[in-house]
Amino acid sequence: MRTRTRLILGLAALAASAAACAPNAQQDSLNPQGPYADKIYDLFVPVFWIAVGVFVVVEGLLLFIALRYRRRKGRAAEIPPQIHGNNRLEIGWTILPALILAGVAVPTVTTIFDLAREPQGDVLEVNVLAHQWWWEFDYPQEGVNTANELHIPTGRPVYLTLCAVGLGYEDQPTPSVCQPGPPDGAIPAAIGDGVIHSFWVPELAGTQDVVPGQANTLTLQADAPGRYSGQCKEFCGLSHAYMKFAVVAHTPEDYDAWLRGQQADAVMPESGSLAATGMDVFLGQCIACHAVQGLEDANGNPVVANGGPNLTHFASRECFAGCWLQNDDPEELAAWLDNPAAVKQGSWMPDYGLTPDEIDAVVAYLKGLT
Amino acid sequence: MASVSVPTTGGRAGGLLRRPTATTGFWSWVTTVDHKKIGILYGVTAFAFFIVGGTEALLIRLQLAQPDQALLSPSVYNEIFTMHGITMVFLVVMPLSAAFINYLIPLMIGARDVAFPRLNALSYWLFLFAGIFIYSSWFLGGAPNGGWFGYAPNAVLDPTRGMTFYAIGLLMAGVASTVSAINIAVTILNMRAPGMTLFRMPVFAWMSLVVQFLLAFSLPIITVALFQLLFDKRFGTHFFDSVAGADPVLWQHLFWLFGHPEVYILILPAMGIVSEILPTFARKPLFGYQFVVFSGIAIGFIGFGVWVHHMYAVGLGPIANTAFGISTIIIAVPTGVKIFNWLGTMWKGDLTFPTPMLFAIGFVAMFVIGGLSGVTHSVVPADYQQTDTYYIVAHFHYVLFGGAIFGLFGGMYYWWPKVFGRKLNEGLGKVHFWLMLIGFNLTFGPMHVLGLQGMPRRIQTYPEELGLTFWNLVSTVGAFMIALAVLLFLINVAMTQRKPKAMDADPWDARTLEWLTTSPPPEHNFDEIPTVHALDEAWHRKYVETAPGRVVPVPAGGSGADEAASAGHGVHLPAPSYYPVVASLGVLLLGYGVVFSWWLAGVGAVVMLAGLYAWALEPSVE
Repeated sequence: MRTRTRLILGLAALAASAAACAPNAQQDSLNPQGPYADKIYDLFVPVFWIAVGVFVVVEGLLLFIALRYRRRKGRAAEIPPQIHGNNRLEIGWTILPALILAGVAVPTVTTIFDLAREPQGDVLEVNVLAHQWWWEFDYPQEGVNTANELHIPTGRPVYLTLCAVGLGYEDQPTPSVCQPGPPDGAIPAAIGDGVIHSFWVPELAGTQDVVPGQANTLTLQADAPGRYSGQCKEFCGLSHAYMKFAVVAHTPEDYDAWLRGQQADAVMPESGSLAATGMDVFLGQCIACHAVQGLEDANGNPVVANGGPNLTHFASRECFAGCWLQNDDPEELAAWLDNPAAVKQGSWMPDYGLTPDEIDAVVAYLKGLT
Repeated sequence: MASVSVPTTGGRAGGLLRRPTATTGFWSWVTTVDHKKIGILYGVTAFAFFIVGGTEALLIRLQLAQPDQALLSPSVYNEIFTMHGITMVFLVVMPLSAAFINYLIPLMIGARDVAFPRLNALSYWLFLFAGIFIYSSWFLGGAPNGGWFGYAPNAVLDPTRGMTFYAIGLLMAGVASTVSAINIAVTILNMRAPGMTLFRMPVFAWMSLVVQFLLAFSLPIITVALFQLLFDKRFGTHFFDSVAGADPVLWQHLFWLFGHPEVYILILPAMGIVSEILPTFARKPLFGYQFVVFSGIAIGFIGFGVWVHHMYAVGLGPIANTAFGISTIIIAVPTGVKIFNWLGTMWKGDLTFPTPMLFAIGFVAMFVIGGLSGVTHSVVPADYQQTDTYYIVAHFHYVLFGGAIFGLFGGMYYWWPKVFGRKLNEGLGKVHFWLMLIGFNLTFGPMHVLGLQGMPRRIQTYPEELGLTFWNLVSTVGAFMIALAVLLFLINVAMTQRKPKAMDADPWDARTLEWLTTSPPPEHNFDEIPTVHALDEAWHRKYVETAPGRVVPVPAGGSGADEAASAGHGVHLPAPSYYPVVASLGVLLLGYGVVFSWWLAGVGAVVMLAGLYAWALEPSVE
């Protein structure tokens, strides 16, 4: 009996330690890295321990009663006294949990309002547009538009306005395409037929759904530079699992440098190079959806986005296609250009039937867009 | 042997079909209006769907066992997780509970059948056809793929017919449940035996009553939503289209305003079962019967006021989130109280642990975990992290599997001798229990960790870098242990059904009326309807308290029964009928018609109306 008890305790300790340390979890809500995630974590932890306490007491009681009052071997079965209840006990065990829960409710409510408050002071405002199945990040004040990687400075609250966009959505000349619409409540048709997504970067903030026709907001902030993994959380169709993103936090100086880089026009490839051939293919096909700032189409008009990510500084991003593919591997980009839907089922990016040579050229062009 | 399909006697003018007379064999099951046979039909059908839904779960676990797997493509994966949810909620736990309710309620309250026996048959056939209809979509262009929650606009924009099947199939199942809810509620309120006041009813009858009201008030809400979805899919309306000025969140409100009471619809019958099993094997009455009943009623009411806790991240604002956070905290109280009542029941009991008792205790132990993780959801900001992660998957499986399914298995072991006249093998039953308990915790325990460490729900795969591999593998191993446990149960059933029927009326020394009649009960349930003098009537006929705290068996022949011993006079049993199945078949054709062809819909409508019309003209008893 004693060895068995020790074995059980040992196994429990092993399980607990295995659960506690997950050194490689990258998207861990138990590893808050900024004040907004901290607030949630600081609320969850005491509630978790209260729950553990209740768990131990109740399961312990259950086990104790089951063992203590089991019918012993060899003893005649006696009919126990027929106890029907005890009002005082009943009222007691109704009120006690109610009090514990009331204690939990108070910090819950204050934190709800705390998190909902619009941050004041030096705030970075970014519009987040959720597409099937990638993320567009638009910096209206800075004039920057990027995809799948949200760059932010450390130590500064970032106030996100989130909306879902779909087919039929076109880039607007106005700085914010994510406005909730005119005062009469009508939704600008440019938003298109989106589905619901959900923005979640657990180490920096809680979840915020992104709902068509509704401009939601979320505040996040990172304490230290780093790359924080995020993912779409609301089921949004075929490639829901492939709709990831990253928040990249820089020191304020590095962030300013990043910003200047992004504000610049795209790099033009040297004429006659493979990349220049790629640019021609790009101008022939890809500009139907993708913008590259500084590039002009055959009629001399600037290339604007029409449903696809802005690729002006594509090569500066570590990942693409909803952060499912990595930019350091040219094979992944080539496979993507060859047949997008084979990589991400349901992808709205068409298979243009590019030849291997054309693909090589477009890869060369895109890799040059630093 | 089975009498052949063609009825030979009893034809009656005025009906379209001659009255069926088969009492054994295939047609006796098709035309039966006996609540016991219908209960068995519900149970067998629901268990078959349990095997199917469980197989889908195994496929999900195989796909997620390792990162970056491509065993199932995203489109197939989406169909499978959607069908797993639809199956387990609508085609397993609800009808399995209905099986117990159908079989047991008339016996427990001392009635000969339910109030509307043919409606009861209609409910079963509609449920069966709804299940067949939804599953046939696999062969007719693709299964539903938008989640059991079917969120608009994704469900509307999806180009396949899957979610159309979902909408129509759930509407059919909804009619079945609504009809059944009214039937059972009327039965409980009007057909109790003499002396059985409401507060002498077994707790299972009380929980069933609460569930029928939950069904009757929550199903109309999902019906509205499903019609809107169907109209959006089939006729191009714009109920959820933000471009047309509508609000897609409307679907979520309607769905969860149904969906949360639905959770209690799934769990309350199992709570009722556990409240019957624990007293029997503790040989003590349920501790605080009235508290358990009133907390069940309280759950029924508050259950309609917590739906937004499924929607904290939607962006309804801090005031809505606060209100629903508090209501969610409030509902935890009556739910928690029951745990203490069950502990109190076992306290100072004379405890034995046959398989039903093990499952009942397993229910309590697992439900505590599900309840506690549920409390962490009422902490709204914490839910901002947990929502739509595997933490939620862990939570509701602790409630609906560790809770409802454990309770239902306990009920199967407990009432098996009553229903089939044979006891399931105890040794296999105990192995089944322990294997399932361990497998269950291995499957769903790690999901708490996975969710908190960043694994969203409904993802077809995950990259290795997220560090989620280990616990996913453990979870998959656990799932196959559960499968093995279910296999053992099936073997047990097959072995048991070969044994001769030789079972006492009361093999467990139980407390409620169904144990007064033979095992299995005769078609008319009781030779003489018992007169009820107390809660736990059957127990009081066997034991008497001679002094406070001292209970002794009643001497033989001295039972408190005062009904005459003359057998079965004045028994009027409803006669079997073809029309429930005919009308249901019409609804099935109508369903396919709405998807594919208006001609077929017309045929279906005619068959349905003919069935209902003939039914209306057919007397219930001949």
